Amino acid sequence: MKTKQLMVAAIENGTVIDHIPAEKLFSVVNLLHLDRMKTAVTIGYNLPSQELGTKSIIKMADKFFNDEELNQLAVICPNLTLCIIRDYEIVEKRTVALPDELRGIVKCTNPKCITNNEPMRTHFHAHGPERAALKCHYCNTVIALDDVKLVKKP
Amino acid sequence: MEKRSLVTIADHSREKIEYLIQMAQEFEKHPNRRLLEGKVVATLFFEPSTRTRLSFETAANRLGARVIGFADPKVTSGTKGETLKDTIMMVSNYADIIVMRHFLEGAARYASEIAPVPIVNAGDGANQHPSQTMLDLYSIYKTQGRLDNLDIFLVGDLKYGRTVHSMLTVMHHFNPTFHFIAPEELAMPEMYKQFCREHGIRYVEHTEFDADVISGADILYMTRVQRERFTDLMEYERVKDRYLLKLDMLSKARPNMKILHPLPRVNEIEYSIDENPHAYYFEQARNGLYAREALLCDALGITLDDIKNDKTIIA
Repeated sequence: MKTKQLMVAAIENGTVIDHIPAEKLFSVVNLLHLDRMKTAVTIGYNLPSQELGTKSIIKMADKFFNDEELNQLAVICPNLTLCIIRDYEIVEKRTVALPDELRGIVKCTNPKCITNNEPMRTHFHAHGPERAALKCHYCNTVIALDDVKLVKKP
Repeated sequence: MEKRSLVTIADHSREKIEYLIQMAQEFEKHPNRRLLEGKVVATLFFEPSTRTRLSFETAANRLGARVIGFADPKVTSGTKGETLKDTIMMVSNYADIIVMRHFLEGAARYASEIAPVPIVNAGDGANQHPSQTMLDLYSIYKTQGRLDNLDIFLVGDLKYGRTVHSMLTVMHHFNPTFHFIAPEELAMPEMYKQFCREHGIRYVEHTEFDADVISGADILYMTRVQRERFTDLMEYERVKDRYLLKLDMLSKARPNMKILHPLPRVNEIEYSIDENPHAYYFEQARNGLYAREALLCDALGITLDDIKNDKTIIA
C-alpha cells in the first residue's frame, strides 16, 4: 500500500479526478489544458483498479472546476469521481454524471445542421435508455458518446 | 395573443392532432373568411418549393391576410452573407407570422427561439415538414373516417423519405399496422423500426409489390424512388419499375383503400389510375389548403371555438 501512496502524493488544496478509464487520460489532459497549468499536477496512468482494471488519476493543486468544465468532462468520460481537497482533507466527493442538457459544449456531426452554419450555441439532450448518446436539439441527429467532438474554444 | 410556433408535430398529443383535424374540417366547409384580416404573413423560402409556398400563400390569402416574402433565396441577403438570425429579426418587424422553408436542418427550431413572432416550419432540410404530415393525416381521416386501427402501406423510398418518417412517428397514437414496401437500398432505417418496436407498432416488410400485397391496405402511401439516391445505377434500373403502381394491381384492393402521394409524381403511379376511385393524391393536395389554414390560425392563437363562431365567413 505504501507504493500507491507514493504514486499519488497528497495536495493541500485542489481537485483530484479519479476513475478515469486509462485510455481516456490523454483526452482529459487535452480537455483541461493541463499543459498550460502553472501549479503542481500529478498524473497517474495505468494504475490498478478493482472496478476498471486499470485507471488513471489526476491531482491538480489549487484548481477547482466550474460547471461548464464539469459538463465537458462528463461527455468525455461519464462516471468520473471528483474529490475537492481543502487543507489536505476531502471536503466534497462526487460522481460527475452526464447532464440532461449540454449547451455550447458538443459539436453536431451533421454538416447540414443549423448549428454548423450560424453563429450560435449548440444544444444537445442526453438520449437513449442508457444515456450513451446525445441528440441534437435542432436537427435531431443522434451521436454516440464515444463519437462526440467538443466545440473548439477560441 | 400567445406565440405558438409550429416546428414539428412529432411531439403533438393525440388530442392536439384531433383538434387540428377538426379545425381543418371547419375550413373545408368555409375556406374563405376574413379571420386574418389586417395580418401580414411572411413566406421566407430559403429553398424553392413552389407547391408548398403556393399552398401556404393561398391559405393566408383565403383568410384575408396579406402576404410578403421571397420564393427564391437568390434575391435575399443570405447570398451576401447575412445570417438566418438577422433575416428573421428583420422580417419579424414587418410580419405577424413567418412561414419558412430552409435547406438546413433545425433552422425552424432556431428561428422559433429567436423570433418574437410565431414561426411555421414549411420544411427544414431532411428534418421535419409538419404541414405535409398534417395534410396527410387529414386526408387519411377524411377518407377512412378515423385514424385508429388502420393498415397503412408505405411504398418506395423509405430510407430518405421525410414524409413517411413523420407519418410513422405521429401515427403511434392510433394503433396502426404498417407495411414497408421498398427495395433493399431504400429500406426503412433501423432507428424507425426500433421506434415501432418501442411503441408497440406492428410492421411487416415486403420487397414484392403486387395485387396480393396491396389487398391488405387501407392507405397506400406512394413515394418517389429517386435516381440520385442510388450508388449503383444498375440497381436503380433494376428496381425502379418494380415500385410503379399499375391499374391491374388494384384488382383486389379493399373498397375503402385510397392512394396517397405527397407529389410531385414522376413515374410511381400510372396515369390511367388518376380516374380510378382509389386515387386520392390530387384531393390530398387540396386538403393541404385546409390543413394550412388550420396551422396558421393555431400558430396565431385563434382557437377552434373562434373558428366555429366566426362571423367573417365569405359566402
